[in-house]
Amino acid sequence: MPEQASTFASKVDALYFYLCGLTVFFTLLIISVLIFFFVKYRKRAPFEVPRPIAGSIKLETLWSVIPFMIAMSIFVWGASVYFAQYRMPKDGMEIFVVGKQWMWKFQHSTGQREINELHIPVGRKIKLTMTTEDVIHDLYIPAFRTKADVVPGRYTSLWFEPTKPGRYRLFCAEYCGTNHSGMGGWVEVMTQTDFDNWLSGNANQVSPVEAGKQLFTTTLGCATCHNADGTGGRGPALTGLYGKTVQLEGGGTVTADEAYIREAILNPQGQLVVGYQPIMPTFKGQLNEDQLLQLIAYIKSLSPGQSSGIETAAPASANNPQAGAATPAGQGAKSPDAQRSNPLNATAPQPSANGSGNNAAPNRRGNQNRQ
Amino acid sequence: MLRPIGAATRTGSNMENEKRVSPDLPVEPVESRVNYLNAQYGVKSWLLTKDHKRIGLLYLASVSLFFMLGGIYAMMIRLELLTPQGDLVQSQTYNKLFTHHGVLMVFFFLIPSIPAVLGNFLVPLMIGAKDLAFPRINLLSWYIYTLGGIFTLWAMINGGVDTGWTFYTPFSTTFSNTYVIATGLGIFINGFSSILTGLNFIVTIHTMRAPGMTWFRLPLFIWAHYATSLIMILGTPVIAITILLVALERAAHIGIFDPALGGDPILFQHLFWFYSHPAVYIMILPSMGVVSELIANFSRKNIFGYSFVAFSSIAIAVFGFLVWGHHMFVSGQSMYAGLIFSFLSFAVAIPSAIKVFNWTATLFQGSISFDTPMLYGLGFIGLFLIGGMTGLFLAALGLDVHVTDTYFVVAHFHYVMVGGTLMGYLGGLHYWWPKISGRMYPEGWGRFAALVIFVGFNLTFLPQFVAGYLGMPRRYHAYAPEFQIYNVMSSAGASILGMGLLIPLAYLVWSMRYGRVAPANPWHLPGLEWRTASPPPTENFYVTPVVTWEAYEFAPPEELQVIGKLEPGDKGDHPIEVAP
Repeated sequence: MPEQASTFASKVDALYFYLCGLTVFFTLLIISVLIFFFVKYRKRAPFEVPRPIAGSIKLETLWSVIPFMIAMSIFVWGASVYFAQYRMPKDGMEIFVVGKQWMWKFQHSTGQREINELHIPVGRKIKLTMTTEDVIHDLYIPAFRTKADVVPGRYTSLWFEPTKPGRYRLFCAEYCGTNHSGMGGWVEVMTQTDFDNWLSGNANQVSPVEAGKQLFTTTLGCATCHNADGTGGRGPALTGLYGKTVQLEGGGTVTADEAYIREAILNPQGQLVVGYQPIMPTFKGQLNEDQLLQLIAYIKSLSPGQSSGIETAAPASANNPQAGAATPAGQGAKSPDAQRSNPLNATAPQPSANGSGNNAAPNRRGNQNRQ
Repeated sequence: MLRPIGAATRTGSNMENEKRVSPDLPVEPVESRVNYLNAQYGVKSWLLTKDHKRIGLLYLASVSLFFMLGGIYAMMIRLELLTPQGDLVQSQTYNKLFTHHGVLMVFFFLIPSIPAVLGNFLVPLMIGAKDLAFPRINLLSWYIYTLGGIFTLWAMINGGVDTGWTFYTPFSTTFSNTYVIATGLGIFINGFSSILTGLNFIVTIHTMRAPGMTWFRLPLFIWAHYATSLIMILGTPVIAITILLVALERAAHIGIFDPALGGDPILFQHLFWFYSHPAVYIMILPSMGVVSELIANFSRKNIFGYSFVAFSSIAIAVFGFLVWGHHMFVSGQSMYAGLIFSFLSFAVAIPSAIKVFNWTATLFQGSISFDTPMLYGLGFIGLFLIGGMTGLFLAALGLDVHVTDTYFVVAHFHYVMVGGTLMGYLGGLHYWWPKISGRMYPEGWGRFAALVIFVGFNLTFLPQFVAGYLGMPRRYHAYAPEFQIYNVMSSAGASILGMGLLIPLAYLVWSMRYGRVAPANPWHLPGLEWRTASPPPTENFYVTPVVTWEAYEFAPPEELQVIGKLEPGDKGDHPIEVAP
């Protein structure tokens, strides 16, 4: 039994023991019946012709229905644990995760960056928003009994609440190439005091929101059209946008979640907000995954509590709330060249080779001055 | 025109005729009678044969070759994993080892093993037909299989492939620098052989059953192959399309799976598992068919609940197509999709449970003997029980999140695919070996090897369940030191298993020349395949049999003679009337 270090651990283990019990029971049951038959009905004379028995509907029903009921009990139990694992809490402490061949990069909402190590406080709900620069990876922490794939061009989430301070292994569980088995590290669960100390020891960080704001106002020049405080202009207002339903040009609506904001940055013409001209240039190839997450963090910060209304979603906003969930993976971040270069990699901190990547480089270095 | 064969061997004495059916007297030597093995000689007579039995043997040779290669890769994997450090081979090499092991075992051994070897040999014999419906297509399927195999081997020798047998995108399409397209094309080509075999079986079972061989008199082996053929025909084209898309994406960047071009890498997983999950049933269903035969025949009892066992095969084949999403519970697919796939996965477990219960009940009041084939049959039940029950662990959503992509999954699918398919394959091979080769295998060695294989298998894979639950991810070249003990046990088991598998190889080859000559019906069973000579003549039966008995209708040996056997003094110059 691996160490139990999250609120999921005991739930998963309880289900595991239930299934182990069932397995042992049924295996022993069948094997003892088999052995009993072996002894009692062993061949006593050659070429016996035992009395044929056709079968029994009663027995067939019995051993179809009972296993089905048992299977359903496992199904319901398993599903309830699954929903606990994968329904994201609203009040989680958010950490951004970017996987790449072959390392895990983390950034706290206070700006601290880590590679292959994640420091978190005990007893707090931690929510990871994850993506990858290259292939599919999978963040797996056995002691927390949870994992989730990270998929290029998408954001997936994972949450957990550590219950015990300690150092726990972190693995990549989805095969990702040559050094797959080296793509792992440690999760360091600390008491709140220790965590606060750790945070202050890594002070002077630029938080993702701050970094996103700088990208927005200075580096990328988004503010030219969306206004410095995001109240809009030639482009739609971004204040209060996050989580709202957006009316699209040509009909249809979409929920402004992370995936939509990402899509709007990388492929602005794809889902145009009603009433605006298709004048926004694409930022595909100019942003790496970390910067995208920072921009999204900034835009999310413009919707405190997600309560204020937004002009773009005035009529029929309740229409088709599922549209956001059905949005395809979104457009990828980079050209194939840029995928292989790695502007934010701490082990290779040279500026990106392609011209457009240089835009973002000063900002990136600003974020990394801890190293 | 039905032509009696073997006129030259007739002795004209009643005594001689009785010898053929009496249990303990030696029968006439094989060499003296014309059968499918000695009807023609020479390489050409084998490579251009249209005889389903000879094609079955061609498959036996190629499948065994690929099984050995896959086994060698497995041994290298286990050697590397003896120590936590990746010290024997480099990680790139290790990744190729498990990829090659998976590709060879899945596509070139497990999928064709029972259908293409035993099914090819036995489907016509068991339904009373002279051959499969399309003998030339049957031969073609072997050539396609061989071509696909050579293509894949060529790719592996030239540098190999490191994507895992699952070829997940975008790793396989954009990031891997190995021979993905070449290996994929090998599998693509091989798929056609699968489709052709399935097509041949379905048409044969529909149209070529002997008079009186109604659907519900069919041996369960035939039902299982019918269900398998359905999956082969409906599923294989999907993997073919998927492989083509991967090749196109890799070569031309058309953007199906690449998010940078608007594609979706998860789409690949849907397409891949839409075939590859049913493919598991391609492996296990024929094996279940073999085990149904073994359990019934070695307890001399008709199968308890025949129609339930028969239709459970069909149910598995149909529902097997609806559960692919259970491979993707942690891939970011919708939670509600996960819910439905989990439910369906539990539902598909029920027909398998029904089979196990019916096999057990079949033994009730039987006359059970424990010859080697039966040992494999019982081994199948034991291993499949564990494989099936641990499948429930993985179908349970919340638990799957923890154990998927770990050694728990590795252990589970080896229990189902190896424990299931390999046990059925070896059991079937021993059971029908007298019919195939005309010789008996050495019984003592047979039982010994079955035991060694069973013990070796469990020692290899039981510890992997533990390592998996403790959190050891699969496909790890180097691993955390706390997992070492389980890996050492596993490697020890693998060497026992490997040794155990060499024993049948040795004595089966030996028995082809030196084994005791097999009588037509060594086990005294009623199945049609036992009612003709061992080995059978090229046309399978001396006359077209007429079936007047139910499946598994056991009878005293004197009632189970070879059908259409020539009467003494018969010159064999006229067609013989139908015999019961």
